[in-house]
Amino acid sequence: MVDKKKISLNVNGVTYDKEIEPRTLLSDFLRHHLDLTGTHVGCEHGICGSCTILMEGLPVRSCLTFALQAEGKAIETIESLDTDGELSSLQNAFWENQGLQCGFCTPGILMSMKAFLKDNPKPSRDEIREALSGNLCRCTGYHDIVDSVVAAAEAALSSGSAEQA
Amino acid sequence: MKPAIFDYFRATSLEHACELLSTHGDDAKILAGGQSLIAAMNYRLARPQVLIDISNIDNPNQITDETTGVRVKATTTQAFAEHDPVLRRRLPVLADAIRHIAHFQIRNKGTVGGSIVNADPASELPAMSLLLDAEYEIQSASNKQIMPAEDFFITYMTTALQSDEVLVSILFQEPPKNSGWGLHEVARRAGDFALVGSAAVIALDVDDKCSYARVVLFGVASTPVRAKEVEDAIVGQVCSNKFFEQAARKVSEVVDAESDVHVTDEYRGNVAEVLTIRALADALGRAKAAS
Repeated sequence: MVDKKKISLNVNGVTYDKEIEPRTLLSDFLRHHLDLTGTHVGCEHGICGSCTILMEGLPVRSCLTFALQAEGKAIETIESLDTDGELSSLQNAFWENQGLQCGFCTPGILMSMKAFLKDNPKPSRDEIREALSGNLCRCTGYHDIVDSVVAAAEAALSSGSAEQA
Repeated sequence: MKPAIFDYFRATSLEHACELLSTHGDDAKILAGGQSLIAAMNYRLARPQVLIDISNIDNPNQITDETTGVRVKATTTQAFAEHDPVLRRRLPVLADAIRHIAHFQIRNKGTVGGSIVNADPASELPAMSLLLDAEYEIQSASNKQIMPAEDFFITYMTTALQSDEVLVSILFQEPPKNSGWGLHEVARRAGDFALVGSAAVIALDVDDKCSYARVVLFGVASTPVRAKEVEDAIVGQVCSNKFFEQAARKVSEVVDAESDVHVTDEYRGNVAEVLTIRALADALGRAKAAS
């Protein structure tokens, strides 16, 4: 039997202190220990992208990260996007353009696209499709998701702040 | 699924990591980006009893401009290497190859050293190591050594690295001046493992004859392989795309592909030849533009 380890993790600007088994995946830590269930777990081997979160501003698979590896790093999850229930411009673009059907993959897509649009505020549709290739959606066929990302980019540019996503 | 139980140690220095490795030996695995290891552990294909995390040892992303090439610290993420200006300028084929590794979310965490040590025969960085005559800096608690990449890969997911050793850095050598490169791979979907890949570097002398050639195939055998027969057929000859069609027939001599759930061995062999012709054609085009 392996002893539990103390962990102090900064998620969405809040520091949480817990004790966990070393084998706890970051995805499970967020969901089971912090009740942040917006991060979804699909394939658990890095293919589907549902569990994508931001670590130090970069999108990574939380199912291919042990929680202990995230210590000392700023973690952002889907729960960080809205402001007191008001959707961010990225979320709003998905809402307006029906960029989802069942919604299971949406948190991972939004976290990936938040980072993507920050790096590439004026992407072409082809660039968006390539950036989306690491997030599987089994319902929509992606067309409306691409429309949503285009709309989010335009909204961010017209408001003069790509950071606002 | 979830990983089996293990104990976790965060190494604070390379020496600390080596010391932990010599204590725990065969029971331990080095954890860096974890993008292959954790997936294998989630499936319980890998069940190490101890993980030694080296991903936070001081300044994990380090790329150094050296006389003969570019040195990459093993813990450097693939994304960091992909966007590094020095690496992109001196080793554009390497930057292009990294772009093919999985998706950007994986490259943000996956490391250059991790991909090499994992030694998947279809992955890009072991193949780039052979193409660019890479040298691996390897360390254990009692020893340090430099190993050429051509001695490193033994078979599927198996390398010459001993259980008490850790890969510290990789020196990718810059190809000759006035050389050009080409890289082509075929995968079922963007971001998937390559079914077959081929990479080439060619340099031309004053008479437009080939003075230097490297051709490396991946996904076609139990390790990445240098197609020396193709290289020998090209060096000293006046190059053209027509000539490459003839030279690339020798690809069949190095292909030892097996059929799997994706494609047949015959398909792999045929595609390897076609991709080699394309890689050589791109390399020739770039070599002419450079000279």
